Amino acid sequence: MAHDTTVQTAGHDEHHHESPVVFGFWVYLMTDCIIFGSLFAVFAVLRNQFNGGPTPHELFEFGGLGLETALLLVSSITYGFGMIAAHKNQISQVILWLGVTFLLGLGFVGLEVREFAHMIAEGAGPDRSAFLSAFFTLVSTHGLHVSCGLIWILTLMVQLMGTTEIPERMMNKLTCLSLFWHFLDIVWICVFSYVYLAGMI
Amino acid sequence: MMRTQLALAYAGNPGYLPPHHYDQIFSAHGTIMIFFLAMAFMTGLFNFIVPLQIGARDVAFPFLNNLSFWMTAAAFILVNVSLFIGEFSQCGWLAYPPLSETQFSPGVGVDYYIWAIQISGVGTLLTGVNFFVTIVKMRAPGMSWMKVPVFTWTAFCSSILIMVSFPVLTVAVALLGLDRYFGMHFFTNDGGGNQMMYLNLIWAWGHPEVYILVIPAFGVFSEVVPAFSGKPLFGYNTMVYATCSIMVLSFLVWAHHFFTMGAGPDVNAFFGIATMIISIPTGVKLFNWLFTMYKGRIRFHACMYWAVGFMVTFTIGGMTGVMMAIPGSDFVLHNSLFLIAHFHNVIIGGVYFGYICGMNFWAPKVLGFKLNEAWSKRAFWFWLVGFYFAFMPLYVLGFEGMTRRMNHYDNPAWYPWMLVAEVGAVLILLGIVCQLVQLYVSIRDCNLPENRDVSGDPWNGRTLEWSTSSPPPVYNFAIVPHVHSIDAFMHDKENGIDTRQAGAQYEAIHMPKNTVAGIAAGLFALIFGFAAVWYIWWLAVVGLVGVIATVIARSANKDVDFYIPAEEVARIENEHTRKLMAQAAE
Repeated sequence: MAHDTTVQTAGHDEHHHESPVVFGFWVYLMTDCIIFGSLFAVFAVLRNQFNGGPTPHELFEFGGLGLETALLLVSSITYGFGMIAAHKNQISQVILWLGVTFLLGLGFVGLEVREFAHMIAEGAGPDRSAFLSAFFTLVSTHGLHVSCGLIWILTLMVQLMGTTEIPERMMNKLTCLSLFWHFLDIVWICVFSYVYLAGMI
Repeated sequence: MMRTQLALAYAGNPGYLPPHHYDQIFSAHGTIMIFFLAMAFMTGLFNFIVPLQIGARDVAFPFLNNLSFWMTAAAFILVNVSLFIGEFSQCGWLAYPPLSETQFSPGVGVDYYIWAIQISGVGTLLTGVNFFVTIVKMRAPGMSWMKVPVFTWTAFCSSILIMVSFPVLTVAVALLGLDRYFGMHFFTNDGGGNQMMYLNLIWAWGHPEVYILVIPAFGVFSEVVPAFSGKPLFGYNTMVYATCSIMVLSFLVWAHHFFTMGAGPDVNAFFGIATMIISIPTGVKLFNWLFTMYKGRIRFHACMYWAVGFMVTFTIGGMTGVMMAIPGSDFVLHNSLFLIAHFHNVIIGGVYFGYICGMNFWAPKVLGFKLNEAWSKRAFWFWLVGFYFAFMPLYVLGFEGMTRRMNHYDNPAWYPWMLVAEVGAVLILLGIVCQLVQLYVSIRDCNLPENRDVSGDPWNGRTLEWSTSSPPPVYNFAIVPHVHSIDAFMHDKENGIDTRQAGAQYEAIHMPKNTVAGIAAGLFALIFGFAAVWYIWWLAVVGLVGVIATVIARSANKDVDFYIPAEEVARIENEHTRKLMAQAAE
């Protein structure tokens, strides 16, 4: 009993420093943002270096692209529903929404892989020209981030299964993943407008 | 070694190092010195001193810190592995393309370089995030921003620089890797690649990097000079503003590394002027240190030797930097030995002197005993004199047109200067020997009563780290101190406040548990890096999966912390109080 009291007061004492995890992760995301910024800059420098190869007009088509974008944007909404459920401590709902988000994200990655495979089969691979090198690197860096996010979602789903309440540490993880997932959405909007739309004009 | 080669390799004599070997040596020298010696030394100081100075029990993310350390260790091991298996890069410390592309460097040297940089880059970036968050979130109550000790301020600015610039390095080196591994065309001669883009990217990291290194050295001097002058730092506010403005300006000068690129007069003028502006806040700092010493009660401890030596040497290096900031004169001096002399002048005179000064200053805090002073002074004199002998001739040689990275030359006029530089190199070597002797003697005599640091405050220090015992307990502070002014500890001493609040009601302290996850992740990263260098893809997959699995396993582990019971805290604290009393009684 005495031990419990000490632990509680110690915990209370540390309430001055509420967990820096979410803030720290947000700061880390800003460094990630600089990685994307550098890749965008590289793409801007190389976007017209076709080396006699295919140009954006010949490569990009709206259909698949629109679907990809829709999947990713909707997945952000479903993740948001998951967070609402988490705040209400409805664990089965959280797992459900994480699952939906996972499937949408998986669909996005699948479509992107299909697009890449198609381009490489047509001879428009990353070694064809500097433009394509920059294109593949920028877009697949985003895709790689989404894939990491998928692994992360799965991990949290497994960790949530069979629990009855969401402790603070778990809530922090969910919040960080939420930041990550929405951040990737924003980056995709930039990729979509700058790489695809501006390329097709 | 490099100077010996050039002293020998004159006219018909080929010297003792064949060109390829020589190229590997200067590349490895640059890489090891900057990434692993200077960065590691700096991070070590941060880890120990920053939490103590801000009155925190630990950094914000202890596990992340552990992970960063093992990542850096893994990368350093990878560099050393290259000495035995295969070869290291021959392309200089920044591996400029197209020389570093597969076409011209088919060996594994550049691949070693790439993976070592990437793995240590992860470690450094996480360190930057960690200290940024630590300083923002975990300062002791009462420590507002303008009461933060200057060394912590410099650590803060360095962390910001790390967070902003290291991602750019990651991108630059990753793109080089993509060129080499997948035949892409970022920096190649053909396919629309652009080599100058690599230079822009690498220096957008590289220039902030030199400030990442030197700003904490400024921080060290800003602690040492007041402590040994018996006065508060002159112009604390201006010191903070100068540090911050150097931080911002360091992002606006990268193109001065390649004025000869052909960017045109306007661009060059902008970067030239931005570079010269940096000398203003730096000058402010220098005068602050000088005015701190002015009318102070100066104790000429070995730390002060390094500090004063720094002020003179760094100022000379800074002035030659301003000379090169003039684009017109840079066209003459670009890639000459003048440049080599300049950056060794600031890196040895600034960074190295600073870190050694910091080592002597904080060693009692870390180890519990003082380092031998006489050998430190001897080392200082050898270093100082040796430095001028070794590098002043290079300024002259630079004017005479000798370029860097030469393996061999035929100009008789250069020969005498090279001999002088060789003498300097020998003197510096003696300086290093003195430092090793210093460490040996210090450890041998560590139990002599005059060397033991019982009080925890051997220099009459001003900031909170000196209020703890030496070495500090694992939890740093039993009672988190309250800060009332700049130089919090000095304020408490002058006003008779017991910062430790000895004898107070102690509480259980929350601590992270030890974990093997960090070392496991580092090991897997090493396996991954080594496999990627040699194109052993199955092994690379094992390494990568290992890193991910380690992190996931760690995340699933619920048993990550424990409490030190209040009785244990009381026992440790009372022991220290008893020692203090005993010393006071003597």
